[in-house]
Amino acid sequence: MAYDKFNILNSTAVPLPIENVDTDQIIPARFLKATERKGFGDNLFRDWRYHSDGAPKENFVLNNPIYGGKILVGGKNFGSGSSREHAAWAVYDYGFRCVISSFFADIFRNNCLNIGVLPVQVSADFLDKIFKALETDPKTEFEVNLPEQTVTILSTGEQESFDINSYKKSNMMNGYDDIDYLVAMKKEIEEFAAKRPF
Amino acid sequence: MKTLFDKVWDSHVVRKIEGGPDVFFIDRHFIHEVTSPVAFLGLKNRGNSVLYPQRTFATADHNTPTLNQHLPVGDPLSANQLKALQENTAEWNIVHWGLGHRKNGIVHVVGPENGITLPGATIVCGDSHTSTHGAFGAIAFGIGTSEVEMVLSTQCIMQPKPKKMRISVNGTLGFGVTPKDVALFIIAKLTTSGATGHFVEYAGDVFKDMSMEGRMTVCNMSIEMGARGGMVAPDEKTFEYIKGREYTPKGAEWDKAMEYWNTLKTDDGAEFDKEFSFDAAEIEPMVTYGTNPGMGVGITKNIPSASDIQASEVTFKKSLDYMGFTEGEPMMGKKVDYVFLGSCTNARIEDFRAFASVIKGRKKADGLTVWLVPGSHVVEEKIKEEGILDMLTEAGFSLREPGCSACLAMNDDKIPAGKLAVSTSNRNFEGRQGPGARTILASPLVAAATAVTGKVTDPRELLKPELV
Repeated sequence: MAYDKFNILNSTAVPLPIENVDTDQIIPARFLKATERKGFGDNLFRDWRYHSDGAPKENFVLNNPIYGGKILVGGKNFGSGSSREHAAWAVYDYGFRCVISSFFADIFRNNCLNIGVLPVQVSADFLDKIFKALETDPKTEFEVNLPEQTVTILSTGEQESFDINSYKKSNMMNGYDDIDYLVAMKKEIEEFAAKRPF
Repeated sequence: MKTLFDKVWDSHVVRKIEGGPDVFFIDRHFIHEVTSPVAFLGLKNRGNSVLYPQRTFATADHNTPTLNQHLPVGDPLSANQLKALQENTAEWNIVHWGLGHRKNGIVHVVGPENGITLPGATIVCGDSHTSTHGAFGAIAFGIGTSEVEMVLSTQCIMQPKPKKMRISVNGTLGFGVTPKDVALFIIAKLTTSGATGHFVEYAGDVFKDMSMEGRMTVCNMSIEMGARGGMVAPDEKTFEYIKGREYTPKGAEWDKAMEYWNTLKTDDGAEFDKEFSFDAAEIEPMVTYGTNPGMGVGITKNIPSASDIQASEVTFKKSLDYMGFTEGEPMMGKKVDYVFLGSCTNARIEDFRAFASVIKGRKKADGLTVWLVPGSHVVEEKIKEEGILDMLTEAGFSLREPGCSACLAMNDDKIPAGKLAVSTSNRNFEGRQGPGARTILASPLVAAATAVTGKVTDPRELLKPELV
């Protein structure tokens, strides 16, 4: 019930070839003050995207009209730092459905999977190929195929497989989430809880 | 043969899913005003209830002002989140230590203070520094808001079991070297992603000798090398710390718990997926020069060159550029604008004692802004009782009220753009302490030495005469 189903995504992509992009950059702390989950996309990469007076920074990729699409491609160790799910919400709310990197921070990866953004981890070599393809042609299309667990650079046909836990994969493909699963096993949880020492 | 981590993890698995995550039971859940409102909203929208309100504890900390807490909160958005926490906890009968409550403070400071944090427990919170509680031999880690909703409604989350890593530091720490330096040293060695996917056990002489507060500092920073969490096996020091606190088991329950707690250690021969070992003598007071906690060096060293480090050159140079630093230059002597003593890493009484030991008999440097923010009202009371406040006042410092403050600058405590701060907090990310703020992470001793000189200073230089 929680999010759109994810099967095969064909899209152009936005490159952000920077390592250790932390969640404070994805959405700075001062924008975490909402009590509802909406509007976070406007502040995605706020301080990289805008000057303090609100004018867009022209050299930041999200302000470059050449790039667009539903795939964000980040450098190694994407999403490190704070556990704020707002970072994943901002990515989703902006319109991305998939983040590709050679390495994700754990909590960010979990948060993405919980809200319907697919984190795709590829090898450093393949990530490099993706960045090169985007550098050569910003309109390069990619296919992210969740059932087959592959990502393909459509212009060259280069392809790589990615891992995803089978339970999470089926959740993403059906648009289910963990809460549905856990609520259904309430009795088992209560029996377990009754035996806990404290 | 099992590791400490295996013992605690395996005893909390409600159900194993073939090819999937474990259904993992949570003993204690901390919530605060920033990452809980959307979770409560989700709970309500789905028509669920809070399954075990008595296992959840709420405090207000991320947004709260550190001055005039008795007045209404000025920022309407912050006030709104605080109100949401108040209303949600009242509706679901959850203990809430809001602004003005004598038990209010930073979530990772008040948990242990009140005996909510126990050995062998599983603890989560919508905050990555939940890893702090691992100091007691608990499995504690940060979660996202969807998971906060999950724990509220089912007391479980779904997680694959992380891999295991052991980090041993043996020998004796040098003079002026603190637990914060140990943490920054390890992260500098392993990098900010070096422990991703792993849960760390800290072992060896240094952690055995370390106080509970020091262990909390080290476990707190585990997330900064990408680890899910860090833990230290409970020992006499742990039991002594928790005994008699409000939520700690009492009487026969204590005895029963002790029987279990005494089993919480890694068996001889148990295997880890990765092991690292360091010599305590290698560690000196540390400072960071870049924009992630892994970019740290000994305070007497120079900033490395791009060719000496593992990160990509682009990222490294972008980092130095942001900080206004150049490759190869010394860290010592850099003029500083702000000093911040606070955060869930270093706002406990021991940290204020350390700060006081350096500033005693000295004066605050001119032109420097210093924010001293205790982790809780309990810490604040101790600062007053122990005469530390008098010492601070005499040296020209003042004390603020508890909260997360300039660690993430969600309240008014923001370092202005371009200004350089020495901070005892845990993150030096771009803009972390305010848009454009530049942060050097360091121990309370380095912060104190800097606070009296106005520039990055080795505390050993100031402490030495008293020692000899």
